[in-house]
Amino acid sequence: MTAAAEREISGAALLQWYEQMVVIRNTEKAAHDLFLAGLVKGTTHLAAGHEAIAVGASTALRDDDYVFATYRGHHHAIARGATPEECLAELMSKATGVCRAKGGSMHLTKADRNMLGSYAIVGAHLPIAAGAAWSAKLRGSGQVAVAFFGDGATNIGTFHEALNLAAVWKLPVIFICENNLYMEYTPIGSVTSMPNPAADRAAGHGLPAELIDGNDVTVVHETVRTAATRARGGDGPTVIEARTYRHYGHSRTDPAKYRPEGELEEWLARDPLLLARERLGKLGVTEDEVTAADQRARRLVADAVEAAKAAPDADPAQALVDVWADGSATWRT
Amino acid sequence: MADVTTTTRDVAAATDIVTYRESVAEGIAREMRRDPTVVCLGEDIGAAEGVFKTTVGLFTEFGPGRVWDTPISEQAFIGAAMGAAMTGLRPVAEIMFSDFLAVCWEHIAVEIPKVRYMTGGQVTVPLVIRTANGGGLGFGAQHSQAVENWALTVPGLKIAAPATPADVVGLMASAIRSDDPVLFFEHKGLFASKGPAAPPGHVVPLGRANVVRSGDDVTLVALASTVPTSLAAAERLATEGVSAEVVDLRCLIPLDMRTVLASVQRTSRLVIVEENPYQGGWGGTVASIVADEGFEMLDAPVRRVAAECVPLPFADRLEDEVIPTVDRVADAVRRLAAY
Repeated sequence: MTAAAEREISGAALLQWYEQMVVIRNTEKAAHDLFLAGLVKGTTHLAAGHEAIAVGASTALRDDDYVFATYRGHHHAIARGATPEECLAELMSKATGVCRAKGGSMHLTKADRNMLGSYAIVGAHLPIAAGAAWSAKLRGSGQVAVAFFGDGATNIGTFHEALNLAAVWKLPVIFICENNLYMEYTPIGSVTSMPNPAADRAAGHGLPAELIDGNDVTVVHETVRTAATRARGGDGPTVIEARTYRHYGHSRTDPAKYRPEGELEEWLARDPLLLARERLGKLGVTEDEVTAADQRARRLVADAVEAAKAAPDADPAQALVDVWADGSATWRT
Repeated sequence: MADVTTTTRDVAAATDIVTYRESVAEGIAREMRRDPTVVCLGEDIGAAEGVFKTTVGLFTEFGPGRVWDTPISEQAFIGAAMGAAMTGLRPVAEIMFSDFLAVCWEHIAVEIPKVRYMTGGQVTVPLVIRTANGGGLGFGAQHSQAVENWALTVPGLKIAAPATPADVVGLMASAIRSDDPVLFFEHKGLFASKGPAAPPGHVVPLGRANVVRSGDDVTLVALASTVPTSLAAAERLATEGVSAEVVDLRCLIPLDMRTVLASVQRTSRLVIVEENPYQGGWGGTVASIVADEGFEMLDAPVRRVAAECVPLPFADRLEDEVIPTVDRVADAVRRLAAY
């Protein structure tokens, strides 16, 4: 289990990835603030700290590859092309929400970019992603499917069932575990038989695994690129366990007091944005260029917040449409 | 089972009479021939041709690229069927016994019926999940349940449950062509039953009930196994001067209440015959709609003949105590006719 060999990544490419990560970070901060302001109801599971996984993976995929995410999925929706405005509008129950305010924070979906959903039952989407990969294989489309999931999902049956089926059928699917050390409020190590919950179990299903630094966007990118090449070449699935840390608690009601003192600070020192900035410097990208990217990202999200706030509320007529493919909700004559 | 299939196939050539069992494979095969995106998956459905022999011939005709044997891993392959349905295929997945729907109920109740709605209509799930449902064969409590009412509790699933060989083919065509997820309940007790073969191109639309016997005194609403039970009861009652109309619902969703209400309008009396338990059974929904919208048509209370509210016992004598029988249906109709 070694990180993929590093390839030369240009300063220009990394700067783009960095800017996307800043967009996600600022969107998550906006979601947090809007929640506190009472403009977002229900719950949110913020991904601040996880940005390198979404951006590193997404930039290593083809546009038509399939992505399946969890209820902590804002970063994946945005990395695959959903706009911060339509995501924040969704959270704020607006008619312009990416799911017309019928999904909410836990179900962000951007199907026209093949980001096929955020699933809120732990582990449920791993077999679904395997099925998309099966479909790609049968259609000979060369597409790959990616399932992102948390460390907590590695103890549920669907994780093992999906890995087995994907291995047996040699499906072009990549299983990416975002190991942020906590299964909701509980340290994953205290409820899991193996130290690396996803990577250590891959071999049991005959699958290769990569255990990587999930805060380094270039490492994630290279690892996913290799796995995608492998999948497209007919060599089957790869399990990637990317270690990372969430900056906020599990959900909006969780102040994360169970974390040992100093742990957050240690991880903040390895913030994916910081790591990317350091590398940008080494690649010769100037401070001014980085600052300009920061400003563009902040402006984009600030405008998104204003536009989402100004958007009309959810259309009541939406409640009774789109149960069925014909657009209706008719269940009887 | 293989003997029965072979024998009836010979008969079919001469008389056009086929079994319900072979009609399942026939219905799937017809759709696989006309649409290359139709693929099958399930346990033992390939070279083994299904434990109930309902996929006979498919593997031979369509090969391993379109007929996939799965591990005993319902969450994996029903989830995979969903993912494939969202991305350009029309999977037909088999859950061997309907009791096993519980193993993958998460996908059936929480993922498949909701993903279109909760994404604001961004995706469709053209998926058929077929399963052998119901009792009468002595498989005991964990392999005999009639669970069509489970599916009825979840908005977003279409539910078909054919009673005849021709309807198996016709409803299968509609289910596979549907862009919505369909749970397709094949009744174990009907597999060996025979009837006229479906003509070429036979399609029965989802949600259209069938008046399978006309009558004036009382309406019997039935589904799958309770259709022949109700017909037998009606036959017996006719000799006693009671004229019973039998409506085969064919589907629970869409639910053809127009046909039911039209029948009750003429007969003024309604008996609902269900194999699922009385508690939470589908007849409760039918009865409530008739009470709401057809109250003034009624000359008597609505009666439900459903399974007793116990797990299904093993022995035939005990099973008969639980599942609606011709005697119990006839009894209920007699009492209602005299009301």
